[in-house]
Amino acid sequence: MSGQSQFASQLKRYYSLYTGGVIGFVVLLSILEQMGVPNQTLGYIFLGVTVSLYAGIGILSKTSDVSEYYVAGRRIPALFNGMATAADWMSAASFIGLAGTLYISGYDGLAFVMGWTGGYCLVALFLAPYLRKFGQYTVPDFLGARYGGDGPRMIGVFAAILCSFTYVIAQIYGLGLIVSRFTGLDFGVGVFVGLGSILFCSFLGGMRAVTWTQVSQYVILIVAYMIPVIWLSVKHTGNPVPQIAYGYVLEQVTAREKVLNDANTADGAREAEVRAILKQRQTDTEARLHALDAGGEDYLRAERSLLEANLSALRKRHAADTDIALAEQALNTFPKTVAAANNAWRAEVETDRLKSSPIAAHAEPYAGPDEETRDNKRKNFLALVFCLMVGTAALPHILMRFYTTTSVKEARLSVFWSLLFISLLYLTAPALAVLAKYDVYTLLVGSSFSELPSWVSAWASVDKALMNVSDINKDGIVQLAEVTIGGDLIVLATPEIAGLPYVVTALVAAGGLAAALSTADGLMLTIANALSHDVYYKMINPKAPTGRRLAISKGLLLVVAVCAAYVTSLKPGDILFMVGAAFSLAGSSFFPALVLGIFWKRANKIGAIAGMISGLSVCMIYMYITYPFFGVNAPLWWDINPISAGIFGIPVGFVGVILGSVLSRPPNAKVQALVDYVRYPNLARDEGRGIF
Amino acid sequence: MKSGVAKVMQASERQQRYWRSNLHMTSILLAIWFVATFTVSWFARELQTLTILGFPLPFFMAAQGALLIYLLLVGFYAWRMGKLDEKYGVGEDA
Repeated sequence: MSGQSQFASQLKRYYSLYTGGVIGFVVLLSILEQMGVPNQTLGYIFLGVTVSLYAGIGILSKTSDVSEYYVAGRRIPALFNGMATAADWMSAASFIGLAGTLYISGYDGLAFVMGWTGGYCLVALFLAPYLRKFGQYTVPDFLGARYGGDGPRMIGVFAAILCSFTYVIAQIYGLGLIVSRFTGLDFGVGVFVGLGSILFCSFLGGMRAVTWTQVSQYVILIVAYMIPVIWLSVKHTGNPVPQIAYGYVLEQVTAREKVLNDANTADGAREAEVRAILKQRQTDTEARLHALDAGGEDYLRAERSLLEANLSALRKRHAADTDIALAEQALNTFPKTVAAANNAWRAEVETDRLKSSPIAAHAEPYAGPDEETRDNKRKNFLALVFCLMVGTAALPHILMRFYTTTSVKEARLSVFWSLLFISLLYLTAPALAVLAKYDVYTLLVGSSFSELPSWVSAWASVDKALMNVSDINKDGIVQLAEVTIGGDLIVLATPEIAGLPYVVTALVAAGGLAAALSTADGLMLTIANALSHDVYYKMINPKAPTGRRLAISKGLLLVVAVCAAYVTSLKPGDILFMVGAAFSLAGSSFFPALVLGIFWKRANKIGAIAGMISGLSVCMIYMYITYPFFGVNAPLWWDINPISAGIFGIPVGFVGVILGSVLSRPPNAKVQALVDYVRYPNLARDEGRGIF
Repeated sequence: MKSGVAKVMQASERQQRYWRSNLHMTSILLAIWFVATFTVSWFARELQTLTILGFPLPFFMAAQGALLIYLLLVGFYAWRMGKLDEKYGVGEDA
């Protein structure tokens, strides 16, 4: 044990030095910035240094030992496993998307905050210590040993690949966006730069390399997240602890919301004026939709020729260039088919409807005009929280991390550390959303269009979807209804809102990159291991020599990476949905079979197969028939959104395991002994014997 | 897996007591987890008038309170299980 504690204190020294190094590096770059090095170059330096750092750690941790490759030699101290799990866990969606979601949906967005942390209670109470005691390499391994035969293992492999792949696509997508935004490289190039660094980490050293890079990525991502928020908090409240200070800011935001919604105040009256214009625009578009329903193709052609006539009239009388450009744009973006027109106009109606209605109070739960809407929101909030929690406790890339600690005791402790490190970010994100809202509601709203804050004009010129202000009622003053903010802007623009130098913006980008890379690392390793260990070694060729197993695993990693990059380049669907889908899928397939496998000796092979297949099928079918992307558009069951399909899949999975088990023979004594083996950290009798 | 293991692997009375105390504690902690998460959220609109540290109570719970409770639960579980391991002689260092 003393060797282990020496190892731990050595690690602490290394990573303290490393953290100091990161801060020193940021300071150094800010000096360079002062000396006039251009922003683009700073961005490149940041990207280059961090990515080669991760690759360097990967090379240093290369290994050809099976246990090192799959489970990092099972000697990761609890604290460091906690950091690695936190980085593994927090994806691009948490880092960049979460604060934005909270900014836009207020209380209702907190479902993600609770769901993505509360799941760790389930990990701690039901899974981590027992999986550690079981002590093999993958999650399907447990299913294979506990239920016997290749059936449960095979379904486990399928489910692990399905949810990890869905999740990894979302990460690589985020990766491409960040790299391209901050370096100006093409999206596709960004994807490949990121992938290259992922491969470097995991290719040579497997879990061992991934663990040590994840720890260093955690340091970068948490530093990058905290600095701008702390600064913003000091700016608005004088208190450097944003998590405490923002209660006061929230009160002010709430007061401000009331003013803006009250047409009797000066600011409220101006808002009302803009909203009336937007309302009119909404009604106009609705009228066009009706005309389109009636006239179809002909109506569309008529409208198009009107635009053409308008444009040529403008040209003929040599109108101002801007007017001509606007008319050209209107013609170019005019929908070409009836279906396209339908979609585009419906979307416009929806945006205008949202912006013309009164602002929802940030802190109000389940806001809605009538009881039914509110009930609906509450139902979906709870369902989403449930799915995210159970999904957390079933995602293989997270569960796998708990195989790497030295003991059961350390595994329990490391869940605590993981949750602590994760909570640091999740306690901060709601604070950031409120602080940013305060800035927008009090400083941006009411400022004049000729003197917009610099971050607004900067971002508005980069990407209209992220930041857009237009003077709808032509009074020269910004009203809230004239501002469009994309969720991702909140985190990306915080350094500028807080008035920090560009270096901090680059640091935030590096943090987002670290978040996406660390999660993608863990996911790709999970997929490759499921294929090489569970399929090849356990099912196809159990006599395969070590060298061949590792070679196959590394080869598969490459294949998976290329497939993932290819699918990502097709830019499928919406990221938040894909992430949510991965949770519902994982929860429905793994959770019942894993938990009952530990807590119910009577659960058997037939039950596991029945439960996993039925849970997964219900979940997939519900997503398929209700998510608009697939085009079936069946009615929702009890108004539950497709992202929470797990609310049906998980209970069905439990019922499946129970029914299947009760209706067939109980498992044999050997399996029952295995259950006892995982339940006790040390049954005196398994000392020196081991069950394997 | 060796088939001989099965015969000797029968948990003793004392060890079964360990498992029962574990189940007992797990269910209590799970109940706290459930109330902090689902019960509070279900009544969020009704609790809206209560405030804590300047926050409306439901907002505080979802953004901070529940997270702190989760941390306490997981930390307490790790600590308490360590004690139980020792008490019933199933600890790894025993």
